[in-house]
Amino acid sequence: MSGKKESSEVIRLAHGAGGVLQEELIKFITKNIPFKNVNNGIGVEELDDGATIPLEDYDKEIVVTGDGHTVYPLFFPGGDLGTLSICGTVNDLIMMGAEPLALTSMMIIEEGFEFKKLEKIVISMNTMAHKANIAIIAGDTKVMPRGTLNEMIIATTGIGIKDKDIKILDNNIRTGDLIILTGSIGDHGTALMASREGLNISTDLISDISLLLEIYDALKLDISNNYIHAMKDPTRGGIAAALNNWAIKSNISIWIDEVKVPLKKPVTAICDMLGLDPYNIASEGRALLAVDPEHSVKILKKIKSTEIGKDAEIIGEVKVQNPQRVFLKTIVGGTRFIDMPLGEPIPRIC
Amino acid sequence: MDIPGIKILRSKEFTDKIIKAIHKTINEIGKPIKFMHVCGTHEHTISKYGLRTLLPKEIEILSGPGCPVCICPAADIDKAVELGRRDDTIITTFGDMIRVPATSISLAELKAKGADIRIVYGPNDAIKIAKENPNKEVIFFAIGFETTVPLIGYELQSGPPSNFSVICAHKLIPAALELLMSQSQLKIDGFISPGHVSTIIGLKPYEIFAQGYKIPNVISGFEPNDVLLSILMLLRQLRDKRFDTINEYSRVVKPEGNIIAQKIIEDVFESVSSPWRGIGRVYDGGLVIKEEHQEFDADKKFDIKIEKSQDIPPGCSCHLIMVGKLYPYECKLFRKECTPINPIGPCMVSMEGTCNIYYKYHSNDNS
Repeated sequence: MSGKKESSEVIRLAHGAGGVLQEELIKFITKNIPFKNVNNGIGVEELDDGATIPLEDYDKEIVVTGDGHTVYPLFFPGGDLGTLSICGTVNDLIMMGAEPLALTSMMIIEEGFEFKKLEKIVISMNTMAHKANIAIIAGDTKVMPRGTLNEMIIATTGIGIKDKDIKILDNNIRTGDLIILTGSIGDHGTALMASREGLNISTDLISDISLLLEIYDALKLDISNNYIHAMKDPTRGGIAAALNNWAIKSNISIWIDEVKVPLKKPVTAICDMLGLDPYNIASEGRALLAVDPEHSVKILKKIKSTEIGKDAEIIGEVKVQNPQRVFLKTIVGGTRFIDMPLGEPIPRIC
Repeated sequence: MDIPGIKILRSKEFTDKIIKAIHKTINEIGKPIKFMHVCGTHEHTISKYGLRTLLPKEIEILSGPGCPVCICPAADIDKAVELGRRDDTIITTFGDMIRVPATSISLAELKAKGADIRIVYGPNDAIKIAKENPNKEVIFFAIGFETTVPLIGYELQSGPPSNFSVICAHKLIPAALELLMSQSQLKIDGFISPGHVSTIIGLKPYEIFAQGYKIPNVISGFEPNDVLLSILMLLRQLRDKRFDTINEYSRVVKPEGNIIAQKIIEDVFESVSSPWRGIGRVYDGGLVIKEEHQEFDADKKFDIKIEKSQDIPPGCSCHLIMVGKLYPYECKLFRKECTPINPIGPCMVSMEGTCNIYYKYHSNDNS
C-alpha cells in the first residue's frame, strides 16, 4: 500500500513520540556507528537512559546522558523549557543510579525571539540547577533564521558518577520483582494538551515536572545494595512505553493492577473526553522502579516519606509467562494488554 | 467534572454482582448465545476494560458495522480526493477520515502532495473556513450516523455561504441492523444498540427487531457496567422469551429521542438505498440532501463521476470483520502488513475501528 511507502520516505511527528516508530528511527540513525561503547561500558546499543564509561583502576564509572528538550507551549502550567531541560537531564542520570555532577547546555534560538522570554527560561534553568546542586559547565548558542525553528530548543549532556557494581538497567528485571510508581501519571502531558489553543478546556491541573533527587537520596542505600533492578522516568509514551520497553529488554511480562495506578481526577476526565489513554501520556516528575520483592515494602515506605513520592504505590509484578508483554487487570477486573504506543496521542475527533 | 453516577458505572463491586447474575442466567438458558453491538465506542469499552475476559465462554460478543469511518465507501473518499486535486478547493473533514485508504490515495497522502485538506471538529468550523476564503470552494466531507447528521442539517438550514458544499456520505443504523438480521449464518440472539445514535432517533426505530424478528434489543451506555448490564438485560429477555427494546442508557436517551434533531434530518435529507463499505447496498441505509438544498450538494455542484472504486483491497478481511463473521486476528494481514501505522483496510484506521481496537488491546493468543 501507498501508506507504507510514505513511512519509509519521510520522518513523521510520530517518529519522535516514544513508540514503535521512534525505535525504528533510532535504529536507522545508530546502526552504523563504528564505536558504540567505551571500556565495555553501557553504550548506544542498549538504548537505555544513558551510557557509562568505566574508569580503569577505579571502582567508579562516569554516566553520560544526552537530551534534546522541545516543548510547546514553551511556558506551560507548572514550568517552562528551562525547568524541563534541567529536570529531564538530572532525572535521566538518576534513573541510571548515578549521582548528578554537571551538565552542558546548548541553546538554539530562532531569530526574533524576545530577550524577555529567554531571560525567564534562563532564570528557571538556574533556579532548578541550584536546587539540584548540579553545575552547568559548558555550552553553546546558535541563532537560526526566522522560520527555520519554532522559538527555541535546548540540548543538554548530563554527567554523573556511580559505583561500577550498581546495576540499574532496563534488561535487569527479574521474575517476582514488584513495580513501584512514585506518583500520579499523565499530569504533564494532559496539562500541556489542555493549555494548547483550540480545545478550550479550563482546568487547574499543572505539570508534575520535578527533580527526582529527593527519591534518589532516600534510596541511596538500596541502590548500592542492588535492591533496585531498574528505574525509568515515564516521559514520552508514558508508562505504556516504559513498561513495554522493560518487558521486551528483560524478556519478562509485567502485570499491572489498574486500581493501584495513581491517577488524578482531572487527568481521567480530560483523557476520557479526548479519547486518550493516560498510560500513553508523559509525566516529567515520576519514576517507575522494578524492585526486589523482599525489600519492596521498605523501599515504598522510603519513597512515600518524600514530598514528591507521597502518592507512590506498588502497581504490579513481574512474571515469567507471556514474556515481552504488559498486561492490565482493569478496574472492573477484566484483563487486557497495555501495548507500546504507536505515535503522538491525538485527541479524538468524532 | 465527574459523569453523574460514574462511581457505580465503574465499580468493581457492581461488576461482580452483574457477572454473577450473567452466569446464573446463561446457565438457565443452557445454550451458547451471540450478541452483536454496532458501535465502535461499545467495542472500545469492551476491549479497554477487558469485559470479554469476564464473561462466561458461552457468550460471544460480535462487533458489527458501527464505525462510521470504516463503512464509508471508497467511492465517496475518491470523490473528495478528486475535488481536493483542484486548485480552488479546500476539503474539510473529521480527523480519522483523512487517513482511510481509498481506491488510489487517501486524503492524507493528497495533503502531503500539497492539497488543502483540513481537519475540523465540526461543520461549523468548515463554514468559518468558507467565510474566511471566499475565493475558494470549501467542501465538507460529511460522514457519520444519525449522531452527526443534525449538525450538518442545521448548518444547511442556517444559510451557509455560497462557496460551501457537502459531500453527503451519511448512513443510517437501523437499516443496517435489519440487513444483518437477514444474513442467516450470523444467528444473532440480540443487539446491544448504540446509545449515541439512539439519543437522536429514540426507541421507535428498533421496534421491528422485537416485533418482526423476535430478538431482544437493549440500548446501552458506554461505561463498563452499562455494557455488562445491557448483556444481562438481553439474557434475561431470552430466558423469559420476551422480545423488547429496553433502554439501559435512560440517563441520556429519551424514548422519543431528540425531536428537534429528527425534524432537522427530515427537513434537509431523505433516505435512499446506499452502499456501505464492505457490506454492500443497504436499503434505506443512507441519506442524500433534499432538492431544496441542492445548491450545497457537492455531488450536484461539481458533477464528479467515480468510474471504478475499490472498497476492500486484496487480502483484506474488513468486509467480514465488519459484520462479525471474522475476528481481526483471523485476518492474515492483521499485525503483519496491516497496522495502525500502515493501515491497509478501513477498520485499522479509526480508534472506533474493530481492527484498530483489537491491535491495541487484544492478542492472538488470549482470545
